[in-house]
Amino acid sequence: MNDQHTAKAFDIDLQDIARMVAEMGGLAEKQVADSVDALAKRDTTLAQRVTAADSAIDALQREIEEKSVLTIARRQPMAVDLRDIVGALRLANDIERIGDLAKNIAKRVIALNAEFPPPKLIRGVEHMTDLVLEQLKAVLDAYARRDDNKAMAVWRGDEEIDAVCTSVFRELLTYMMEDPRNITCCIHLMFCAKNIERMGDHATNIAETVHYIIDGNPITERRPKGDTTTIPALTGA
Amino acid sequence: MNSMVQVKQSDAEGAAPGLGVKPKVIARDVNVFYGDKHALKGVNLDVPARAVTALIGPSGCGKSTFLRCINRMNDTIPICRVTGKIEIDERDIYDPTLDVVQLRARVGMVFQKPNPFPKSIYENVAYGPRIHGFAKTKAELDEIVAGSLRKAGLFEEVKDRLQESGTGLSGGQQQRLCIARAIAVNPEVILMDEPCSALDPIATAKIEELMDELRENFTIIIVTHSMQQAARVSERTAFFHLGYLVEEGRTEEMFTKPKDQRTQDYITGRFG
Repeated sequence: MNDQHTAKAFDIDLQDIARMVAEMGGLAEKQVADSVDALAKRDTTLAQRVTAADSAIDALQREIEEKSVLTIARRQPMAVDLRDIVGALRLANDIERIGDLAKNIAKRVIALNAEFPPPKLIRGVEHMTDLVLEQLKAVLDAYARRDDNKAMAVWRGDEEIDAVCTSVFRELLTYMMEDPRNITCCIHLMFCAKNIERMGDHATNIAETVHYIIDGNPITERRPKGDTTTIPALTGA
Repeated sequence: MNSMVQVKQSDAEGAAPGLGVKPKVIARDVNVFYGDKHALKGVNLDVPARAVTALIGPSGCGKSTFLRCINRMNDTIPICRVTGKIEIDERDIYDPTLDVVQLRARVGMVFQKPNPFPKSIYENVAYGPRIHGFAKTKAELDEIVAGSLRKAGLFEEVKDRLQESGTGLSGGQQQRLCIARAIAVNPEVILMDEPCSALDPIATAKIEELMDELRENFTIIIVTHSMQQAARVSERTAFFHLGYLVEEGRTEEMFTKPKDQRTQDYITGRFG
């Protein structure tokens, strides 16, 4: 769609920005997968790699910002082009946050050192990760193809992640009550689960932005929520 | 081709700022022919009072033609024929009994190139009020001249040289002089045909600032090729293409989420 401007250089600018966002998204996906992989496999080397790789995502975000500001100054974009650029800025923000959350998981893997929680507890986190990665992949795809239906499906599909997060919390609480020595690793795991749940929220933010780019209107309806972690899980356990 | 095309309203709610009770100018099924050429095709447009309405579109789309219908400037072109209806304050301006000179006093015009009379700054502004008999005494005329120059944001710059020639001013000052001249006869509507296209960015900013003030008292319709200018100065924007009014609506909506693909293509620079 960004290939019909009278000024061809404008097409190239917009394509460059979209390409950088897609690249950033790909990197973030890998970071998320790697960080949880490091957790499941107790692989601190991989975790180190994840923490180091985050700077590439940050650098891309800066590049997207610079290019966007320059394009706005140079072309004074209107309508869909303007939404495209503003959207890219917002997407870069959300993706950068996802990268940070993955990095935080990797840091916790390093902090856990040998004290890993039992695999059965990690399985819930892995399940959440699978769901989040699916969402992330779908929404980046929706962005690349400018597919509003797909974006809206992601926007509505966050409920299950929230529900799994709640059940992971309950499980971890039980485990901690059984033996206080489990607390340290369970707390780390809880933060990991929360991080992944936050990634899911960023995926829905991205979906909202994609919808805005395509449609021009923000989503006004309320998003279905399955997140009850903070309150009922803690009081009801 | 069907001359009555459905014009898309960019705003769902319809009512626009300033459109409130009654539009100042109403155009219904306006067609303009230059000889055999059908230049404007079935245009329907409501122009709100005390607001700025921008007309945009590629060259030859009919926007200036439409503008010139509103003070019957097209009458001066022998091969030009206008059909349909244009009302100002519910009065048909093509009514044969209407005094065209009076109409043009009510509907002032500012052109692309500043065109002051080759007379003094004072005379440029005083000319209209004098021939329309607006001032009984010299003092009254002085008052109108000073007031108009003030409203046009020019008074402070020229107050000490009112007797100097208007053509000796800078381009931006000349354009503001032309605006002062237009408002001296106390018009209700001011038509501006690319008023800033011959001006530098500072002079342009001054004119835009001025339009912001003038909208309090006047209905302004501006033709502009600068999309940014339309976005900056107007409350409503109408997009013309190939003689049709394609889309009309609130300016914010027109420039962020236009409804019609042709509008989108034009404002984003995608026209071949």
